[in-house]
Amino acid sequence: MTKLKNNEGEFLGYRRPDGKVGVRNHVLILPTITCATQTAQRITELVQGTVTFIHQHGCAQVGVDYEQTFRTYVGLGKNPNVFGVIVLGLGCEAHQARSVAAEIAKCGKPVQSISIQDHGGTLSTIAEGAKAAAKLVQEASTQMKEWCNFSELIIGTECGGSDACSGLSANPAVGSVSDMIVELGGTSILAETTELIGAEHLLAKRAANDQVAKRVYEVIHAMENRSIQMGVDIRTGNPSPGNIAGGLSSLEEKSLGAANKSGKSILNELINYAEEPKEKGLVWMDTPGHDIEQLTGMVAGGAQVVLFTTGRGTPTGSPIAPVIKISTNTSMFEKMGDNMDLNAGTIIEGKETVEEVGKRILREIGLVSSGKLTKAEILKQHDFGIWRIGPTF
Amino acid sequence: MSEQTFRTIMMKSIDNVAVTLQDVPPKTVVIVNFPKDIPLRITIKEQISFGHKFAVRPIKKGDEILKYGEIIGKATRDIEEGEHVHVHNLEGIRGRGDKVEK
Repeated sequence: MTKLKNNEGEFLGYRRPDGKVGVRNHVLILPTITCATQTAQRITELVQGTVTFIHQHGCAQVGVDYEQTFRTYVGLGKNPNVFGVIVLGLGCEAHQARSVAAEIAKCGKPVQSISIQDHGGTLSTIAEGAKAAAKLVQEASTQMKEWCNFSELIIGTECGGSDACSGLSANPAVGSVSDMIVELGGTSILAETTELIGAEHLLAKRAANDQVAKRVYEVIHAMENRSIQMGVDIRTGNPSPGNIAGGLSSLEEKSLGAANKSGKSILNELINYAEEPKEKGLVWMDTPGHDIEQLTGMVAGGAQVVLFTTGRGTPTGSPIAPVIKISTNTSMFEKMGDNMDLNAGTIIEGKETVEEVGKRILREIGLVSSGKLTKAEILKQHDFGIWRIGPTF
Repeated sequence: MSEQTFRTIMMKSIDNVAVTLQDVPPKTVVIVNFPKDIPLRITIKEQISFGHKFAVRPIKKGDEILKYGEIIGKATRDIEEGEHVHVHNLEGIRGRGDKVEK
């Protein structure tokens, strides 16, 4: 058989009306409210080529919390991996399907909104949604891929279920890929503000300007203050029991290992959760350390591919972006082969250097961007979570 | 005393801890190499699991514990060379809402 071609620095992607490039061609059924998630699931069961996610948001949210959820929905719809969107609402919710649809439509892709109350109940909505989805999927299937440059990629980086090897093997390897992506003119997102507490001074030194450096300290202090205001030791939640069993003793230690994912590049911008980067190069998105909330934020910010390092092993995946899982040690890679895509444990064993593993990851990005499925995609691991920053009313 | 060579890693020469890359049994002598420095010979006091840290020099209670050349916390009691360094004798300094006076 002829295998997928791997051109250095290029991949086969889907050009969107706004000029951006997707590495997948999904039709997204986007429920803006928890009450519509079951209906959305039924539609994806009926129509091949569609994806959706389960969540508990979209109503009784106010202020900045409302805005952050709204921005996340819109960002996911606009993600270039999505060909077209059916925004599904109930009808009476705060996050109105038609407002979300109108924002997504600005990027030129096909968008339609359907509400359960307007369409006379669940069954009629499933029928209406499935018909619309079927049409979109067929249209999507006729789109030709074209060779695209790595400069058009936004790569999200993430570590979850870390161990003491994370900071020695997989995170530095991802850091070296991040530098390569930046060198090729692309964008790399560093996130997990919580897991940068204790390493912020190192990143502030690499800030492109004083404003970015100032923002680094602002987001770190805001995150740290949340635990201080609660009167708790942040270690009761982070590092997690698994991190501690793996040899990490404090949040600072975990952070110094996590910061390695950013390589050595200049930090060009600090963006809000689920916000699209304006700058290319290395960008920091303010997210919590929670794996799924972070992943969702980066994908809503436009990341087409995510690199995820793990020492303890995790199945995490996104309905929209392929997640390449990189193990920090060989024994876990062997034990959790179902979930792991690449192994950086060879660095610990002295068999490969950080740069060699970095190059291997870069090649995998090329293949995955051209269509190779990741383990999380094959296992339909469609995780979703929004970072809520206000109470439910 | 074991003759086996155990792999360890120390990130920066100013660090006072190193990481073992294998499970190390008690009373083992390990060699910690740091580029350009004379290798340290450390007698491991207790069982230390893969990925865990040990002190490469004595650490006094309240001293900063350094890894990657950066502060990862402080010692909650005196730590001897070769002793396991973890949550039982190291505490984080950041995000300590529990230390704020109510």
